[in-house]
Order: sequence, then structure tokens, then C-alpha cells
Amino acid sequence: MSPAVDVKTLVIDGKNVSARAGQTILEVARENGIEIPTLCHLDGLGDVGACRLCVVEVKGSPKLFPACVTSVFEGMEVSTHSERLQKHRRTILELLFTERNHICSVCVSNGHCELQTLAQQQGMTHVRLPYRNPELTVDGSHERFTVDHNRCVLCTRCVRVCAEIEGAHVWDVMGRGIDSMVITDLHQPWGESSCTRCGKCVQVCPTGALFDKSKIGSDHPKYPDFLPYLNMMREAQ
Amino acid sequence: MSKLKLATVWLDGCSGCHMSFLDMDERLIDLAELVDVVFSPIVDAKVFPEMVDIALVEGAVASVDDEMKIRKVRAHCKTLVAMGDCAVAGNVPSMRNPIGAEAILNRAYIENATAQPQIPCVVVPKLLKTVRPIHEFVDVDVFLPGCPPSADTFHAALTALVTGGPLDIPALTRFGA
Repeated sequence: MSPAVDVKTLVIDGKNVSARAGQTILEVARENGIEIPTLCHLDGLGDVGACRLCVVEVKGSPKLFPACVTSVFEGMEVSTHSERLQKHRRTILELLFTERNHICSVCVSNGHCELQTLAQQQGMTHVRLPYRNPELTVDGSHERFTVDHNRCVLCTRCVRVCAEIEGAHVWDVMGRGIDSMVITDLHQPWGESSCTRCGKCVQVCPTGALFDKSKIGSDHPKYPDFLPYLNMMREAQ
Repeated sequence: MSKLKLATVWLDGCSGCHMSFLDMDERLIDLAELVDVVFSPIVDAKVFPEMVDIALVEGAVASVDDEMKIRKVRAHCKTLVAMGDCAVAGNVPSMRNPIGAEAILNRAYIENATAQPQIPCVVVPKLLKTVRPIHEFVDVDVFLPGCPPSADTFHAALTALVTGGPLDIPALTRFGA
């Protein structure tokens, strides 16, 4: 006999839903067909709550909670699409666009980019804040892949997939705040790092920051869907 | 009903938005029933009219000349449309921003020049330090992203603007479209 499941009941956007204890708001919402926009979250990777796009309101608190790392509790009342949340999500996206040099028209991920798609979904037609135009590098030292820091949103999916799934932990984050950047090993060129050349980081990167050198133009769809299956097969062993 | 006055303006862009506008093909004939194109790179007028109803502006603001033009257009139009990614977001022209105008001019006209290296300073307008979208200079009424916005996007947007119908831009186009 399986142990009794600890069930929590809560309300999301006026809908009564039930969940298992320990589940996140995001998991429960998606199980119930309520879509919350995400960028740093990826099914199959641990969550870090970095991008803040999935923020939701919880009744009784003036704070906003990232749905991907907030556990449900009994009687919780969650709102996922208030005007206030939409305003914040749009501002977050605009900040991401100003922070680095995102030029969709000449990007290898044009048409396949999660940042670009989110901007369109959230009704962003322009950026109200001034662009920062930082001077950033492109590392093409790897024989198969390139990292273009102009397009990085610091979601850290590459860091997590390399550490959690590939077990190599070649990627990490250097610096603080707005000066942070993803690095390989101790900031060695990617081509000289301990990279195993598996390419998982490229497949999970939501933008054109990590791309396959064999791709040209905007012909670079990515396929991160293998992760949950890979995890499932490993757990089964 | 008298026809609306339409102007199109070309700042720092590749003219692709104007090409896409012309790609409306036979639909331009229907559009011509509703609007008069009174100022544009594709018509003869040299002076911007006293007042137009709709101004479509292609390109980012990259030079002192662009800045002068966009301020003039704003003062002499009722509805200003930022047409395409350069006008909306800076796009390709803004890729010089992290490097700087001076470095770019030096590379093009001094370092790579074999005969009479010199930076042009007469006739051509002085470049601004950074290339910026038009809404950083003037108020913009409608943002139409895309590189370029498709002919269908132009048709839907202009139809809505001319007839006063509803206009859902994110449903039509996006950055880089």
C-alpha cells in the first residue's frame, strides 16, 4: 500500500484545484491548464527563480511570488494574470531587451526565440527604457558551438543542464548584478575548457546566445524536450 | 469625405520597410482611394507639408539630420507611426552603439582607406554618439515592429488607422518578423 498523499486544496484564478504537498504554484497551474509565462524555468531542470516572469499574487501578501519556486499551501489564493502582474512582466521583458544587444532581425534564433515570443505574447511593441548598449564578447573558440553574450539573458539554463544533467559543470556565472556573465570553466575560452561537447546547453538556451556553428540565417530551432524523458529513464534504472 | 494625407519618411534604415509597403501591390490602389501620399522618398515633394494625418517613419535616429527631421515630422503630423524595427528599437543601425561612432568612422575612412584617408565632414550630416529609436526623441502614437513588417501587416495597420478600426499589433507582427 502506498503512503497517504498529503493533498492541498487551493484557488488559482478563481478555479478550485488540488495539489500534492511540496508542488510549486507553476506545476499546479500548468496541470490545471492555467498558463503562466516563464523564461528561466525548463521542465527537467531545477528551478532558480532567476527571470521573475512567473511572478504571481498570493492573497494576504503585498509581495509578488515567483510561481516556479513557491510551494503551495492549504487555502492559498493565487492570482496569475492581474493587470499589475502583466505590467511587471512587460517591464521585466523590456529590461531584458535593454540590458544587452538583442537584434532579432540578425539573430540565428529569429523566429525560434523564447524571449522574442514572450515579448509578442505579452503585448510588448517597444521598449520604454533606454538601451544600455554594453560592449560584450562573442566566443567562437569551440569547434562546434558559439556563445554570443550580447544575446544572453542570464537564465542559467546552460549552467544547470551542464551540472545537473551532463554532470560536467563547465558553465557557471561570473561577476555580480548587471555585470554577471556565463563562463566556461574558470573563464577559459569555451574551446579550451573541459566541455564534453554534448550540446545540451545549446538546446536549452532560450535565445541565440548559445548556438550551433553549422546553423546559418535564422534556421536554428532548439529541442529541449529531451530533458524530462532523460530524467525519467535515469530514475527508472 | 476628403482623403487623409499620408507621409512616409526614411531615416537610418535600409528602405526595406518602404519596399514592404510597396509589396501591398494591388491593395495600394484601394488605399489610394482613401489617402493621398503627400510626402515620401517615392514622391517628388521636397518640403514636408504643414500638416499630415499619418506619418510612417522608417529608420532609427543616427545623425543630427535624422534628429532634425523626426522633430519636424512630429510637429507636422497627427499620428506618428514608428515603422519597422529600426524606428521602434534601433535594430541593425544601433549595432554600432557598443563600438562608438568615432571608432566606426576611423575603421571605415582612415584605417581601411588607401587613398586620402579622411572622415567626411561636408554635405553628410554629423553622426550622433549613439543610434536610438525615434520614441527616445519624440512621442510616437503607433509602434509597428518587424524587419520589415510584412505587406499584410501594413495593410491591416493602415486600414485600421484610416478607418479608425481596432488595431492589435502583437497579433500582426513582432521584432525581427
